[in-house]
Amino acid sequence: MKTTTRALTMVSLAAIAGCGGAANRSTTATDDAGTITVTGAGATFPAPIYTKWFHEYGLRRNVQINYQPIGSGGGIRQVLAGTVDFGASDMPMTDEQLATAGMKVLHFPTVLGAVVPTYRVAGVSTDLRFTPAALAGIFLGRITKWNDPAIGDANAGVRLPDAEIVVVHRSDGSGTTFVWTDYLSKVSPEWLDTVGRNTSVNWPVGLGGKGNDGVAALVKQTPNSIGYVELIYAVQNSLGYGSVQNAAGTFVKATVPSVTAAAAAAAASMPADFRVSITNPSRADAYPICSFTWLLVPVQMRDARRGQAVVSFLNWMLTDGQTMAEPLSYAPLPAEIIAQERRVVSQIRVGS
Amino acid sequence: MRDRFLARLRNGDEMAYLVALSFGLSLVLITGLIGFELFRNSALPRQRFGWSFLFTHTWDPVADRFGAAPFIYGTLVTSALALIVAVPLGGGAAIFLAELAPRRVADVLILLIEVLAAVPSVVYGLIGLAVLVPAMRIYIHPALQRVGGWTPFLSGPSYGVGILTAGLILAVMILPFIVSVVHEVLVAVPRDQREAALALGATRWESTWQIVLPYARAGVFGAIFLALGRALGETMAVTMVIGNRPEISASMFAPGYSMAAVIANEFTEATGDLYLQALVEIGLVLFVLTMIINAFARILILVTARKGGLA
Repeated sequence: MKTTTRALTMVSLAAIAGCGGAANRSTTATDDAGTITVTGAGATFPAPIYTKWFHEYGLRRNVQINYQPIGSGGGIRQVLAGTVDFGASDMPMTDEQLATAGMKVLHFPTVLGAVVPTYRVAGVSTDLRFTPAALAGIFLGRITKWNDPAIGDANAGVRLPDAEIVVVHRSDGSGTTFVWTDYLSKVSPEWLDTVGRNTSVNWPVGLGGKGNDGVAALVKQTPNSIGYVELIYAVQNSLGYGSVQNAAGTFVKATVPSVTAAAAAAAASMPADFRVSITNPSRADAYPICSFTWLLVPVQMRDARRGQAVVSFLNWMLTDGQTMAEPLSYAPLPAEIIAQERRVVSQIRVGS
Repeated sequence: MRDRFLARLRNGDEMAYLVALSFGLSLVLITGLIGFELFRNSALPRQRFGWSFLFTHTWDPVADRFGAAPFIYGTLVTSALALIVAVPLGGGAAIFLAELAPRRVADVLILLIEVLAAVPSVVYGLIGLAVLVPAMRIYIHPALQRVGGWTPFLSGPSYGVGILTAGLILAVMILPFIVSVVHEVLVAVPRDQREAALALGATRWESTWQIVLPYARAGVFGAIFLALGRALGETMAVTMVIGNRPEISASMFAPGYSMAAVIANEFTEATGDLYLQALVEIGLVLFVLTMIINAFARILILVTARKGGLA
């Protein structure tokens, strides 16, 4: 009796497995040549669009790209160790990292993200406007009350309460924190001197929330608090956020076009290796707190088939792939930068 | 040679002994390897900061200055708070279940407690963030401040998140371990012990307090240290409610940080070797601390067991 049951189970399992195989075969076009498997690892911020890209690309070509969102730091380490074909990072590699890398690693911007201030202030329902000085002052702990003129002057007509500001920041190391602190470092010399920019920093004030959701939860429930989250997270969760005054003096609210504008502003002075911070750009329509996110690809890829697959993916990502960014609230690259990147893609050498 | 091997193979006891021995040794091997890897991968900060790593307060990844004192403090204080709350509560509940409750009631309650033990810690964290944190800010902190606001421990601004909140979440999380292990231990005390006490004219309570509990002492300590081990290493729920601020302040309302939480938070995005290795060194500190506490528990059990034997 027992053996019969087991045999039946085996047969049915085999049948299920067979069905699965057949289903897979029908979705991929050519399967006889053998699927090329490429692996990548790194940043979590662009993981949703990367997953979408790798899936869509897999449907078109016979390439399966496995991406592990383990964090930017991990992405850089893995690509240098050669355990993955490409890495991904929310911040460019430092000169020091490149010098000790032992190989040349190219940076390819893929999409743009922005970081926005989100807050909960008693009696305020309109969008607040923040000057760079106000943001730096609040996060330095210099501005401690909401009715401080440094905040009030930009928000004429809004009644700000005489209440202590509770600052909320990310507790986990994050590209979001890097962009936020990179911006504050550019607009405030005091911030640059005492805190600086990194994936996590020694915060002068405030509470730490884990992830965008942790920050958002703390801001939502703590009266008179302010924090920062990714634009995508704010949009997807209908979180209110304020506008920020850019270098041209205009108050701009983060949107997909105002973020792409920030990248376009950087195109003219783009360094050849794309390792550039685009926070605080000079264009009047640009939102000031945004950043590229990069794919890290070794310039010499020994495995010819996988290398070729990475090159064709990069070209596809820069053309067809860009149209998939905006529905997911990522800002696509401006045309100037795409043209510059396509020239650099041709530098990649495959085979030994 | 071959004959001896075959003889051993036929001799089941010998084989069982060797197999069990190798399994036992694997425990030593795993523990040793973990310790060794943690030690090897934290060479940079150990050379750079030496023992001062344990006592300095600055945690600055930008300037590459690292000190673990706020994290050690946060871990120890939240775990201590958790024990202060959970040991009397869990011990009392276990005594009720083992000695006083009708069999059916006890069975149902034990089932509930086992369900509590199976809840993933992220769920405790979410409940903490959504329910306990606002409750702390609105009701519990003000009430405590009225009672003990004159001390530095129960004063200062209240954000809801903080050391006390983390301690309470930990207390809830370790409670099921204490209740179920202490209950098992009490149930295992032979009936004769109770009957002898009752026959000598002891009341129910005297029999429980003076006979059953001392008899089960080693097991009760075991339960407490098992719970403490869990509290020291708990990561997810703690980081969601502790405020994640590497600071030592006397107030229990103030935000703090714990060792496990900072490792989980910063490890993936740690840039630079010194930063990464400083996090590994925190892991080493946590590992050694857990060893010390467990060794201390063993000694405590030995000492009390000897006392019990003499009396």
